[in-house]
Amino acid sequence: MSAASRLEHAPREAPKGFIRCYVFGTDHKVIGLQYFFLALAAVTIGIILSLLMRFHLVWPMAHLPFVAGGIMTPEQYLALVTMHGTIMVFFVLTTAPQSAFGNYFLPIQIGAPDMAFPRLNMLSFWLTLTAFLLMLAAFVVPGGAPISGWTAYPPLSGLGEIAGPGEGIGQSIWVISILVFCFGSLLGSINFISTTIDMRAPGMTLMRMPLTVWAWFVTAILSLLAFAVLLAGGILLVLDRSAGTSFFLPAGLVVNGEPLAHGGGSPLLWQHLFWFFGHPEVYIAILPGMGVVSHILANFSRKPVFGYRAMALALCAIGFMGFLVWGHHMFVSGMNPYSGLAFSVLTMSIGVPSAIKTFNWLGTLWGGKIQFRSPMLFAIGFVSFFVTGGLSGIFLAQPAVDTMLHATYYVVGHFHIVMGVAAIFGIFAATYYWFPKMFGRKMDETLGKLHFWLTFVGVYCIFMPMHFVGVAGGIRRYADSTGANYLAALQPLHRFMTFAAFITAAAQLIFFYNFFRSLRKGERASANPWNATTLEWITSSPPPPDNFGGHYPSVYREPYEYSVPGAHQDFLPQNLAPEDLPRANEEPRNA
Amino acid sequence: MPDNVVMESVDLGGGRPSGSGGALGNGGRGDNYSGAASVPQRTYVTGMMIALGGILMFFMALVSAWIVRKGFPNSDWQPLGIPRVLWLNTLILAASSLALTRSRRCLLAGRDDEFRHWWGVTTILGVFFVAGQLLAWRQLVARGVLLATNSSSSFFYVFTAAHGLHLLGGIAALLVVAFRPPRRLTLDTATEVVAMYWHFMGGLWLCLFVLLLVGK
Repeated sequence: MSAASRLEHAPREAPKGFIRCYVFGTDHKVIGLQYFFLALAAVTIGIILSLLMRFHLVWPMAHLPFVAGGIMTPEQYLALVTMHGTIMVFFVLTTAPQSAFGNYFLPIQIGAPDMAFPRLNMLSFWLTLTAFLLMLAAFVVPGGAPISGWTAYPPLSGLGEIAGPGEGIGQSIWVISILVFCFGSLLGSINFISTTIDMRAPGMTLMRMPLTVWAWFVTAILSLLAFAVLLAGGILLVLDRSAGTSFFLPAGLVVNGEPLAHGGGSPLLWQHLFWFFGHPEVYIAILPGMGVVSHILANFSRKPVFGYRAMALALCAIGFMGFLVWGHHMFVSGMNPYSGLAFSVLTMSIGVPSAIKTFNWLGTLWGGKIQFRSPMLFAIGFVSFFVTGGLSGIFLAQPAVDTMLHATYYVVGHFHIVMGVAAIFGIFAATYYWFPKMFGRKMDETLGKLHFWLTFVGVYCIFMPMHFVGVAGGIRRYADSTGANYLAALQPLHRFMTFAAFITAAAQLIFFYNFFRSLRKGERASANPWNATTLEWITSSPPPPDNFGGHYPSVYREPYEYSVPGAHQDFLPQNLAPEDLPRANEEPRNA
Repeated sequence: MPDNVVMESVDLGGGRPSGSGGALGNGGRGDNYSGAASVPQRTYVTGMMIALGGILMFFMALVSAWIVRKGFPNSDWQPLGIPRVLWLNTLILAASSLALTRSRRCLLAGRDDEFRHWWGVTTILGVFFVAGQLLAWRQLVARGVLLATNSSSSFFYVFTAAHGLHLLGGIAALLVVAFRPPRRLTLDTATEVVAMYWHFMGGLWLCLFVLLLVGK
């Protein structure tokens, strides 16, 4: 790599001491790992909550030792729904793909020594951690966790203690935690965007950026615009709860026989503000996964990404259109049918850039020398879930169909597959793929494949039946569906889903075992174990504190030059200068 | 940066890294980027522009909520009598922006004393503005118009408080640059970034004020 790198200054040393290095570190790699482990803790809690819900749906009268009174009340079930959704959406799906992997790899992939504003980066993480701890505190305050769902619709979320046990302190803590989280995300997105614009290495033009960088960049723009709106809405909700204002609370409310003094507000106003954030939030969760999947499919097909430019533009198009479709969450809210029609058409037209991405992924695989390694399996799994979950979304985009399916398990199945599991598969793919770079060791392939197949089949077993339950009229958020006859008939399906959920959750123990064992005992990884082209693979595993040990790369090539005709080796690193090419041809593996 | 090398072939030779540093079109960090030790100065300007984009979105969310809330049929909306002192406050804030422009111009011309003088004038006018906003609140409270009195007053307090808090941040930044210039930024960049923020807050207030006057 001699001519491709330039020695610009002495390598930067890592700060001394555990506190300065790992607790108050400003190195983007350390912060990325902090986010990663935060998400790992959050996903563990989120899965446990979901298992409790699945258990309760099948055995509603079971005595649970940790529940006050022994039998779970409907309010406690709703608290589980709320906290599961909130923790998963904010602290896993927003945190892991963007903040964790984006922080770790965006600067390296564009050839920069760090983020543009390292201390701001540290502040972002500390705000996110504070938000997480606050959110967990909602479990233990008097009254327990809130019951208004992750969407926190008023009037329920605005009324205070009178509306239910978790609606007092629990809901207040929930809102404050979300506000802190918004603030952390906003600071983080400023950093991501500035870094991508101004910190790219010489030669790293926009059209030479890896698709992962494109995805993180577009996602950061979405975060900046969406979380600002949630911040505004959240502040108004806090005022409604604690200062007696009436932004969202309508006149004439009588709760538990007690008339309330609020007047004139509109719950619909919250829904507009929330979903203006909430729909882009879906793309905040999934876009980084799309970038990672493109990256991995090219690597393990030994082919360039099919239609790179179209892929980058489709990311931008999905991001832009994501801001125009929030109304499809509100078809049954009494919205004007004409605006419903507009939202419906716009929603379906997102299918166009989504299809571009899907077909280009298939085009990338087509005719490739495919290597079925664990990251590749999870990337292909992502494509599968994205298609399955995306197709059910087209049904839900019809106002007439949605009127029937709204608030049923059909919706639960849809968004868990397309937003939840697809994004999680993106995270898994990224973890298996970049583990050697982050920790200098490889994860076990056999365990990785076992983990993939159990999870892949298990997830379909959990969420496909939900579509049938939904079409049959199974309502979401009901704590107990054994009472009504037509719902009781769906119990066998519920039992099947619960068993599938427990088996799939158990399969995640394989991942945890593999992950933590490989940290210490995994096979040592070279700098470029996957024979990949992008800049993170030209530096050591794990990278030195300043990423490139003082040798900053210049970029000469497209990001995915695999199997280039005429070249001796089947990959050309981005920093391979034209004058170095003959030498690279003589030494086939210059890793 | 390597130069004068002929590319091998169309297929294999990558393009040259371009040295000149356009923010978006060219290859990222250009001539003024010197490696790990420092971040290019223009990054701080970029960062501030992006932050202002987020702040604009925040206020647009509040304003659109205000428009929706006001436009309800059979609304209980009661027009709010805007305190007169807001006119004076608006003039003060506009004057502070002028002083800041003057101050930046003196800095660029190398007239250091004048720069500090006008920088101080900007800060003091900023403090006057915030004091004036508090005075407006006191006048409203004296009239019995509180946060929860009516939605028009709720929005008035939210707008002014949100803008005022942002302005306090601006005053803090003015003071920091005056007394303890940050290490990573040159004085030129630091003043430019603060000026962007300050002018933006001035323009934002003007928009909010006009909205409150027209929409009541």
